[in-house]
Amino acid sequence: MKNKEPVFSKNNLKLITNPLSKDNPITVQVLGICSALAVTVQIKPAVIMTFSVMFVLALSNVLISFLRKTIPSRIRIIVQLIIVASLVIIVNELLKAYFFDVSKQLSVFVGLIITNCIIMGRLEAFALTNKPWLAFLDGIGNALGYGIILIIVSFFRELLGAGTIWGFHVIPECFYQAGYENNGLMILPPMALITIGVIIWIQRSKNKNLIEEK
Amino acid sequence: MEHLFNIFVKSIFVDNLIFSTFLGMCSYLAVSKTVKTATGLGIAVVFVLTITVPVNYLLENYILKQGALSWIDSSFKDVDLSFLSFIMFIAVIASMVQLVEMIIEKYSPTLYNQLGIFLPLIAVNCAILGGSLFMQQKQFNTISEATVYGFGSGIGWLFAIITLAAIREKLTYSNIPAPLKGLGITFIVTGLMALAFMGFMGIKL
Repeated sequence: MKNKEPVFSKNNLKLITNPLSKDNPITVQVLGICSALAVTVQIKPAVIMTFSVMFVLALSNVLISFLRKTIPSRIRIIVQLIIVASLVIIVNELLKAYFFDVSKQLSVFVGLIITNCIIMGRLEAFALTNKPWLAFLDGIGNALGYGIILIIVSFFRELLGAGTIWGFHVIPECFYQAGYENNGLMILPPMALITIGVIIWIQRSKNKNLIEEK
Repeated sequence: MEHLFNIFVKSIFVDNLIFSTFLGMCSYLAVSKTVKTATGLGIAVVFVLTITVPVNYLLENYILKQGALSWIDSSFKDVDLSFLSFIMFIAVIASMVQLVEMIIEKYSPTLYNQLGIFLPLIAVNCAILGGSLFMQQKQFNTISEATVYGFGSGIGWLFAIITLAAIREKLTYSNIPAPLKGLGITFIVTGLMALAFMGFMGIKL
């Protein structure tokens, strides 16, 4: 190590900040959409999901990065799947023990973190070729980028669909008396897709570089 | 028989993997640019789901579930291995995909050429693992129910991806606002299709 980089050098910090906007895993890299849509009816499960993904993604990135020179490339998918699956089992057991109601709500989607494309995508694209500390930062950054979209989507769906935020009523009673009603459609699956579509639209009209050619 | 048909129709229209649970969304968005490739991936998904769901059903009921091991000896009836189900299911899926790939390569080279590039992708497709996890949650009584469920879910997925691909082929000729092109409009189209599919909710034969 001749020119040792500081632990939080500018390049390293970019690994965390890039996924938040211009390299966002959901809206730009198109990874991990499945769970992003299904867990966003309320904010609380969305936040818990974000932390679960962060735990799995950061740790699996580090582990794979440590093992990157020993894994034969032919069987790397299986090795990655086994590591990720073991981490997900830990998360699932923890959720069942400490957040039972949320774990019921998330149901199969905790298990589906295993095949969440964010994880496999980052393992393949980043952890297999980079050092553990960089892989760790990349994991945290991508999980945060994923979480931001989840929280934005669930914020709107919960506010418009149920009139609550984190389970507390925020829309005053007088609104309801004046004839306002919660939009039940926001809770149903199709609106998650349309909300993400609108987020992508807004993001791309702000950042012209992301516009697709065709 | 009627009961099985009910499961089949329900898994295609009511519990459609894409429109009601968003499973397999990543490859659904990535591979739906043309109808031809979409059909290839869709058929591969049907194939693998029809095989893995019943295999995982057997695994769940004879090894993993609480009391499932009592066929060996009655002293095993308190053993509960269900916390292992994620790792077992994913291992079964990954090895099944490998096996199916080898068998197809040997016996049907034409089919292999069509499905070839899609099969390895399928091991990490959430629709496949999701199919098994929903099978576990729904607690089917017989293996034929599980098989029909797997097949039906696959057909539902195939149906969804072909429809989207057909719409996207048409969309290339329409005038869409630049920031909405590509991914954005695809999301909104899928959302509208999901709205239409909600019309099937509550159907029972």
